[in-house]
Amino acid sequence: MSFFQKYVDLHYKNFLEALQRIKQQPVGNLMTIVVIGIALALPTGLRVMVNNLSMISESWNSATDFTVYLEMSIDEKSANDLARDIEQRSGVGDVVLITREEALADFQEYSGFGEALDTLGENPLPHALIISPADGANSNISELAKTLNAMEETNLVQFDTAWIDRLRSILELTLRVVDIVTVLFGFGVVVVIGNTIRLEINNRQDEIEVTKLVGGSNGYVRRPFLYSGLWFGFAGALIAILIIWGILGLLSSPARSVAQLYESGFRLIGPNFKETLALIGMGTFLGWAGAAVATIRHLRDADPE
Amino acid sequence: MIRFENVGKRYASGREALSGASFHIEKGDMAFITGHSGAGKSTLLKLIALIERPTRGTVLVNNQNTSRISRRKIPYFRRQIGIVFQDHKLLSDRSVFDNVALPLLIGALKSREVSRRVRAALDQVGLLKFENNSPLTLSTGEQQRVGIARAIVSRPELVIADEPTGNLDPELSLEIMKLFERFNQVGVTLLIATHDVELIDKLQCRRLQLESGRIVESSQSSSHGDSM
Repeated sequence: MSFFQKYVDLHYKNFLEALQRIKQQPVGNLMTIVVIGIALALPTGLRVMVNNLSMISESWNSATDFTVYLEMSIDEKSANDLARDIEQRSGVGDVVLITREEALADFQEYSGFGEALDTLGENPLPHALIISPADGANSNISELAKTLNAMEETNLVQFDTAWIDRLRSILELTLRVVDIVTVLFGFGVVVVIGNTIRLEINNRQDEIEVTKLVGGSNGYVRRPFLYSGLWFGFAGALIAILIIWGILGLLSSPARSVAQLYESGFRLIGPNFKETLALIGMGTFLGWAGAAVATIRHLRDADPE
Repeated sequence: MIRFENVGKRYASGREALSGASFHIEKGDMAFITGHSGAGKSTLLKLIALIERPTRGTVLVNNQNTSRISRRKIPYFRRQIGIVFQDHKLLSDRSVFDNVALPLLIGALKSREVSRRVRAALDQVGLLKFENNSPLTLSTGEQQRVGIARAIVSRPELVIADEPTGNLDPELSLEIMKLFERFNQVGVTLLIATHDVELIDKLQCRRLQLESGRIVESSQSSSHGDSM
């Protein structure tokens, strides 16, 4: 057997032995794994949530429509002409005319002021144009709005996308918070696993001592513990994935109802394949790191020298 | 095989366990270190296995100056030495076979070769039939023999034993010593610490008497294994 083969063989043995040892104390170790799973699921879940929110706000990106209310004096024909005219301008995607009659009907139906409006006798609403900018024309929108506002026929240009910007910056901020939470919980996972491995080292002090006395190197003694940590992290990541998909499953139906109310095709999106792999990789790495910290600190204590 | 040159060991507590001990044990020798408890027997063995380092003097083992062996190299150094402990230091959570196999697993031998050597070692101490038992099911004497099998399984040239018969009655003690003699006959160098003077009177071996940290007597009653 070559040296390399021996080495691989030894690692494989440690790898399986570590799993075996975890299985020997299923209840206690399962609890540890669930704690790790929750600690990993929280930041990942928050990230998934923020991703979903950004996805919604993304879909609003093209929806920076604005409404132009025309003067009361403009009749339907002129309004129609004006709509056609604006449609020709650069940066304008689509123009929809909402006549005052349509607006009133909508208002009566949805506002709950139907009867109150009846007492007015006369329709107080003007014709309105809903203007959707052409794709990628974002920079021209405010320019366009200004021009339209200056026209004689227009009374008011309602141009309100500020709240989307506000939402985006809140999401941006939330993402920062998620980053911090991720680091904190990652650290927490390292501590939890480090502590678990520390207890295991204490339990196996005799074994470590004997192994060292018969000539086991520190690397040899450490390896099973590192693999234990690795398994804890890996199993914790799997639990985290289960937790996240479980929560998404619970939320998907209410989210669909909300989306339907807004006539949106929005669906909750879980972590994709790459993100799932990243979570597993991260969990495994943190497990290894926790074990590494514990072994560096505590195997020295066990040194017979 | 083992040479001590004016070796002193003072522990951090201030206790001086060895002060100026000098002796030489040839390859193939079997020798006893005697002395009262606290005379420094264990310390002397610990210096050989590099469990402790001397505060003064030189310890040579197998022509290597132990002071030149770095911490990282200690495991590889220890693999040349078989160690037998008074309290056996067997692991109760694994079988007799696995206990004896421990020094071989470190070397990553093929499992077939490991089995072969472990069985050979257990056969030599007469415990082959207990290979699947837990050490806890064995008597103290049998446990000690498992410890001895573990010490010789990697075929070291040197075996050191710290009070290997400390917990045994005279009959079992003699049995263990006879076992050591057999190893010596096939060329293993042995250094055994014991306070049981009566026992070693029955054996024709070199004796190093330790008294308050010094070798005060080095008698050679016979020349066991010198021809090896």
